[in-house]
Amino acid sequence: MSISATEDTAERLARLQESVEELLSEAERQGASAAEASVGSSTGLEVAVRLGEVETVEHIRDNGLGVTVYFGQRRGSASTTDLSPAAVRDTVRAACAIAEYTQEDTCAHLAAPELMARELPDLDLCHPWPVGVDAAVALAVECEEAARGHDPRIVNSEGASLSTHFGLRVYGNSNGFIGGYPTTRHGINCSVIAQEGESMQRDYWWSSARAPEDLDAAAGIGARAAARAVARLNGRRLGTRKVPVLFRAEVATGLLRALVGAISGGSLYRRASFLLDTLGEPIFPEFVRIHEQPRLLRGLASAPFDGDGVATRAKDLVREGVLQTYVLDTYAGCRLGMPTTGNAGGVRNLGIDSGPLDRAALLREMGTGLMVTELMGHGVNLVTGDYSRGAAGFWVENGEIQYPVEEVTIAGNLREMFANLVAVGDDCDFPGSTRTGSWLIEQMTVAGE
Amino acid sequence: MNDSLALARDSILAPVGLGDGDLDRLLGLLTGHAVDAADIYFQSSRLQSWVLEDGIIKDGNFNIEQGAGLRVICGEKTGFAYSDELQFPALAQAAEAARAIARGGQSRSVAIGAGAPMHRLYPSINPIDSLENADKIALLRQVDAEARAADPRVREVIASLVAVHDVVLVLADDGSLAADVRPLVRMNVSVIAEADGRREQGSSGGGARTDLGFFLAEERALGFAREAVRLALTSLEAEEAPAGTMPVVLGPGWPGVLLHEAVGHGLEGDFNRKGTSAFAGRLGERVAAPGVTVVDNGTLPGRRGSLAIDDEGTATQETVLIEDGVLRGYMQDKLNARLMGVAPTGNGRRESYAHLPMPRMTNTYMRAGAHDPAEIIASVDKGLYAANFGGGQVDITSGKFVFSASEAYLIENGRLGRPVKGATLIGNGPEVMTRVSMIGNDLKLDEGVGTCGKDGQSVPVGVGQPTLRIDALTVGGTSA
Repeated sequence: MSISATEDTAERLARLQESVEELLSEAERQGASAAEASVGSSTGLEVAVRLGEVETVEHIRDNGLGVTVYFGQRRGSASTTDLSPAAVRDTVRAACAIAEYTQEDTCAHLAAPELMARELPDLDLCHPWPVGVDAAVALAVECEEAARGHDPRIVNSEGASLSTHFGLRVYGNSNGFIGGYPTTRHGINCSVIAQEGESMQRDYWWSSARAPEDLDAAAGIGARAAARAVARLNGRRLGTRKVPVLFRAEVATGLLRALVGAISGGSLYRRASFLLDTLGEPIFPEFVRIHEQPRLLRGLASAPFDGDGVATRAKDLVREGVLQTYVLDTYAGCRLGMPTTGNAGGVRNLGIDSGPLDRAALLREMGTGLMVTELMGHGVNLVTGDYSRGAAGFWVENGEIQYPVEEVTIAGNLREMFANLVAVGDDCDFPGSTRTGSWLIEQMTVAGE
Repeated sequence: MNDSLALARDSILAPVGLGDGDLDRLLGLLTGHAVDAADIYFQSSRLQSWVLEDGIIKDGNFNIEQGAGLRVICGEKTGFAYSDELQFPALAQAAEAARAIARGGQSRSVAIGAGAPMHRLYPSINPIDSLENADKIALLRQVDAEARAADPRVREVIASLVAVHDVVLVLADDGSLAADVRPLVRMNVSVIAEADGRREQGSSGGGARTDLGFFLAEERALGFAREAVRLALTSLEAEEAPAGTMPVVLGPGWPGVLLHEAVGHGLEGDFNRKGTSAFAGRLGERVAAPGVTVVDNGTLPGRRGSLAIDDEGTATQETVLIEDGVLRGYMQDKLNARLMGVAPTGNGRRESYAHLPMPRMTNTYMRAGAHDPAEIIASVDKGLYAANFGGGQVDITSGKFVFSASEAYLIENGRLGRPVKGATLIGNGPEVMTRVSMIGNDLKLDEGVGTCGKDGQSVPVGVGQPTLRIDALTVGGTSA
């Protein structure tokens, strides 16, 4: 069973659109003054291999439907996996039953009609991959073999997997908006184990793309996973100290996401952010520009409209180090007395401008310090900005990597870490919708033995 | 036939007209001589949630999910497909897709019948109906009022109440049908306190497999509100946390997340069969200090992590993982148990019908020791007392684990000192358990708040432990 978006994509999309329209009319029939609904359907295939043999073959088939009804400024929501006509009626009824008990909330309303996306540009997000089970298995095996053959210290494997998903989603509301589009997403990933003496380390690598031809070569993914696992062998601990820290590109994404969390409407109106009242204030050094490109062609997080039906638009979040905008949906915007920024559902395709330094130059700029390549745990407090996480990486002296480091923590405060950002590298080299080079932070506390 | 089975048949099979003949035909489509095991997992789940914020009931949601997952296993290979339609043709199509993993073979026929007797750990009720909606709202409002009255520094209160009615039916390849009706309730209170321009958050909550009356009993809900306020106010006073390796005393109850991360995951059967865990091949070896006994127990009545049967129909049990410091056993699902030549332990769990089962924890805790908790704190010259934690994470291959303290105090000369800010603690699982030097007599289980994630699947779990002294653990503060 492979998936393919054939001619009937348009037909299936039309059926989902009918379901959304039916949900909206049913809500009106049941007395709601306004409503919004979303219906999605996806199919997919995931295969996993381990030590050259098939481990699992999973056939994905997910359906979902959700509705929010408004009675004036009271609202209620309900959702189900059942797309049948009877379920439509029952789901609306369940949402209305909830709304009997919720209270007047002056911000509980749909986005204004004039803000709705008027055009739905084709963002080139749908490239089905009619790969059969056998071909998928063969690619996953090729990926894992490349990893296992990369180095004699690769002694074991958690396996390699390939996934392909095709999805349709339609959203509509009683302010006259309805829109939907198909998307695809494909991925290959590999996780292997290196061993030398007592030291055993696992690491992984992956590729993810809207179109199969944009995926990295399977063998290259495997080789990279293996190289990463081997590089971590025989890690040492560090003594407790304050040093410069380089967040390698793949972990620097977490710092960008923390920024977005702190400038998101929900955190702000709840006063649960360390960046309260910083709009128009410098929060980074002047060289920093951070932006969102929600309509990037083939972008992994691209979308023509947000979760409220509002048109998405490209914007700078930070320019010359100064915070330009909060990240708001209709509700949070209302709570803060500001218009929505088209970010219901989050920020799409976040990025930061690269600086002039490549990775080697960044290490020289740091001189002596810790390059972090993995972070563990949940130690990011967005209310205070306090940051404390488990880390692994490499000790660097005079710009040269000395040895792998493990079982240490790094700690600081995000407000200070942002202000003391020394450089952003020109070394973005991983897949994903958040794009950044490595971040060099002036100083953090490393705790170890 | 037990009442769960009758309820499950009535609520899942009867509405779509699936009879024993259909189940037999579906099993026939899944099984054959090349197939080692197969099962069908039917699930029907209802969830209702309410959120109070800004002093008003702001949001509510009702979710209905149902479907069936069909699995075929040959050797180490698994074929899996699922359907949210329960009519026979949709299930037959899913069966065919799952069965494609095993080529050749003849289908066979078995008799459908009730499985083995099971535990009765919680009532077969729908907790959503256990309290009128108006009373749920009233409870959330009381919680809000309690938190705001507790201290003028409280600025925001968010309270949520969730009830889940989950009915599952597992049809194994021997024709045995096992069913479980699983109520689950959960409440959470989160507050923001503000003073002198400083803001801090505090959260508390609890839950169980029972009805919503749980939160009214013993003023539990109000207790969560008071505790959330206490934690936020304590954090307002907190100073920089220390950085470095030092003796750490862990409080009883939820700090047992240490065990979940440091040893629990590393003792799940899949990682050990594959040799990818730092504990692989170490059965019978000393992996913890004498006196340390850690168990996983799915049979505790009413606990959030408990299950009468696991998601493969196996009765849950108490599994001794570490006994007096020696590694005794792993947690197993059917697949890994068969491949390792041991018995399943009732730890085969899945997030839903749309996910494959794997070995997962239930309630994981350390048995009590002999020390008075006060004596344990008094034994430390200079160190950290960690009373509450957020979540944790482990790399099972290297054994490195972290967990994040949310309430902690310095210990100076055997006495509790100033509160310090939250910090991540890091250690090596197999090593840290050998550094447990004192075990309290105050075993406590958590309030019923845990959710464990593995391979993208979330399941409710419990943890617990007595007060513990660990001689050396790395504390990730900023004060070097």
